[in-house]
Amino acid sequence: MKNLFLYVFFCLSLGLQAQTSNSKKEKAQFEVVGNCEMCKKRIEKAALDVKGVKMANWDIPSNQLMLIYNAQKLDILEVHNAIAQAGHDTKKATANDEVYANLPLCCLYERKQ
Amino acid sequence: MKNSLITLCLAVVFNSQAQQQLTGKVVFRATSETEALAGASIYWLNTSLGSTTDDNGDFSIPIATDQSRLVISYIGFKTDTLTISDPSKKLIHFMREDDSNSLDEITLAQRKKAVQKSYIETQNILTVNSAELLKAACCNLSESFETNPAIDVNFSDALTGTKQIKMLGLTSPYLLITEENIPMVRGASQAYGLTFTPGPWIESIQITKGAGSVVNGFESIAGQINTELQKPFTATPRFINLFRSANGRMEFNGHLNSALNDKWHAGLYLHGNQRNQKMDQNKDGFLDAPLAQQFNILNRWQYTDAEKGWVGFVNLRFMNDEKQVGQVAFDPQKNNSAIWGSEIKTRRWDTAFKMGYVIPEIPYTSFGFQGAYSQHDQEAYFGNRRYDILQDSGFVNLLYNSIIGNTNNTFKSGINFSYDRYQERVDTKNWDRIDRTVAAFFEYSYDNKENFSWVGGLRIDQHNNLGTFLTPRMHLRYLPDPKTILRASVGAGRKAANIFAENQTLFGTNRTINIQNTGGSIYGLDPEKAWNYGLSLRKILLSGDQNADITIDYYITQFDNQVVVDWERPTEISFYNLDGKSRANSLQISFDYAPSNTWSYRFAYKNYDVKTAYRSGFLQRPLQAQHRYFANVGWESIPTDKGKQWRWDFTYHGVGKQRVVAQNDNMPSKMVAAYALLNSQLTRAFSADFEIYAGLENIGNYTQANPIIEADNPFANTFDTAQVYAPVFGRMIYTGLRWNL
Repeated sequence: MKNLFLYVFFCLSLGLQAQTSNSKKEKAQFEVVGNCEMCKKRIEKAALDVKGVKMANWDIPSNQLMLIYNAQKLDILEVHNAIAQAGHDTKKATANDEVYANLPLCCLYERKQ
Repeated sequence: MKNSLITLCLAVVFNSQAQQQLTGKVVFRATSETEALAGASIYWLNTSLGSTTDDNGDFSIPIATDQSRLVISYIGFKTDTLTISDPSKKLIHFMREDDSNSLDEITLAQRKKAVQKSYIETQNILTVNSAELLKAACCNLSESFETNPAIDVNFSDALTGTKQIKMLGLTSPYLLITEENIPMVRGASQAYGLTFTPGPWIESIQITKGAGSVVNGFESIAGQINTELQKPFTATPRFINLFRSANGRMEFNGHLNSALNDKWHAGLYLHGNQRNQKMDQNKDGFLDAPLAQQFNILNRWQYTDAEKGWVGFVNLRFMNDEKQVGQVAFDPQKNNSAIWGSEIKTRRWDTAFKMGYVIPEIPYTSFGFQGAYSQHDQEAYFGNRRYDILQDSGFVNLLYNSIIGNTNNTFKSGINFSYDRYQERVDTKNWDRIDRTVAAFFEYSYDNKENFSWVGGLRIDQHNNLGTFLTPRMHLRYLPDPKTILRASVGAGRKAANIFAENQTLFGTNRTINIQNTGGSIYGLDPEKAWNYGLSLRKILLSGDQNADITIDYYITQFDNQVVVDWERPTEISFYNLDGKSRANSLQISFDYAPSNTWSYRFAYKNYDVKTAYRSGFLQRPLQAQHRYFANVGWESIPTDKGKQWRWDFTYHGVGKQRVVAQNDNMPSKMVAAYALLNSQLTRAFSADFEIYAGLENIGNYTQANPIIEADNPFANTFDTAQVYAPVFGRMIYTGLRWNL
């Protein structure tokens, strides 16, 4: 009885995983312009808030955002747009000047004309 | 940040008045943050009109009438030429490092803080890194907490001088002490185990206050202390440390680390210590510090294959420790039953194997395996008493980490087996016991990456002596603003009390042992069970060049059952199940302030309300001060290019009144006076690789007048070496060196 309980418990956690691994995973990487730790938080949060994004990791020195997402659930352009809305430029989407101007001083990255 | 805003505003104001100036700021992107670049030169192309940036990276330069191209240059960075179209606008310019001929001297070293309070973690974790560990006088894990207010270091007994630690007012058996997340100081090693990890082996220590993670077991009640050892992959290739103190203690440490190939690294760590001088400062006829000898060797193998996602460790370790204590005249070779003496011999083997696999395509999914086996063999006699303990211990943990939906929702899940076999001999009686546990755990973490996170964990343990039970734990973290961190935690913990191993000081007395057998599974007693609730508030007052923060922690531990250790009646020690209340409430208020890179200050006040229902009443635990005060001042010079540096620190411990138990019918339980302890250390680094340090412990020379009760009559039933509330040893000087070859 007790062992059964343990078994169910363990299966449950494996089951949770099975559910997440069934979906189709895709990797993407692109440049998002930014500077600092605060930018990192903002960029990653914006990306993760898009439904279907599983992981977002933005590297400060290289300015590269690494994404793992479910290609069936979203178009990668949605992520570009979400990040631009948060104030950071990518190659495919540009932040509104007003949003950019309201970023904290340390986040005012060099904009490409 | 604030400063630069002010400068910016000033610059704008200034600019509107003196229109002939172009103002701006030159910054560069350091690894994690944007930093000001001081001393950069700014000039108009082909003119002699120039300027340099100040410490904040700010500059102002008269506007050239015939030139619009501005040059900004600094050694180690790419020189930029900008065309200024509107000189009235403030210029913010980013410099990029010139990788083609990067100069090492340019990398600005930000001072790494010696003690880091957690900001991102949900749990209340304090990380003590090696820089802080160097401040401790000496020499092993038990002595690593003296410059840190979170943990109190106590004096366990007048015999062995082993320093016991306390957290939240509870002794170390109520803490889960792990080494790289494998349970380490437990069971047989409870009394001396912390002295078996040499200080130089330690890379960092993580102190978690309150209920820990369910992943590491059900035993943590007051908190967890995890030690990370030096890793062959990152440690310095060759290291030597020598130490010598005026009370005759000598230590040697030698480390050797090497890369076998690009995946395998190996390390060999040797430690030896010795004290062969007999010392009796207080003239009570007993040694103030034991004659001791320890040999300790650790061999580590580290495997890293980042491409395929595999990491692994193999540890092999052997330790032999011998201590001799008792009357100065005692000679173990001569069998003289009129002289009180004691020998404690410990031999310990440790093996550990760890393996981790991160799926390279999905880095948020990983598997971990930990396996460990150890044998702890202690043989000891204390006068006419005898205590032997042999513990064989096995531990296996299988861990799986992944996400639910996205990386804001992560979980850890796994199974865990542990096995402990205890064979004890107490005077003439044998006690044997086997503890077996099978467990499964699941821990979910949510983090909105902004201002809120929580961790909820649950484990089910099936234990042959404790039964089948659930251990829930929960942690919350909320930031009302980026400079205020609120934390809360709640959790249960259990423990099989190893009454003799945990209270070995009782053998340094002639008290009769009295166990009230109620038919429980452990020495006839019931397992201990407690709940811990915690609240913590941290407010960051200053950050950047100056750092200041204030932390208030309040923790409550409530025991549902406890094995009460009752010293209250002279000539007797009793163990019985709790009948009534037992609690440990602790409040800590600390203030940290670093006005510059050279000075740092730490202050703390701690209040402990630790009361247990003894047979004789609901009393504050003996030898537990209600008030404790702490202050630490540190100073270090800015290191020169060659690494020359001075470092100095000074620590004050104020210990409030403590209750001591009744010693005999004429000396009832009383409060002893408050006192202060002062320590200081000075280090001179001659280069980045060689330094000499010297220090003074107990500068005020405060000692307990009669640490041993009935020292003249060690075979009387009132003889007691366990009632120590202050140092036995007075002012002590020490010196040592560290050398990276």
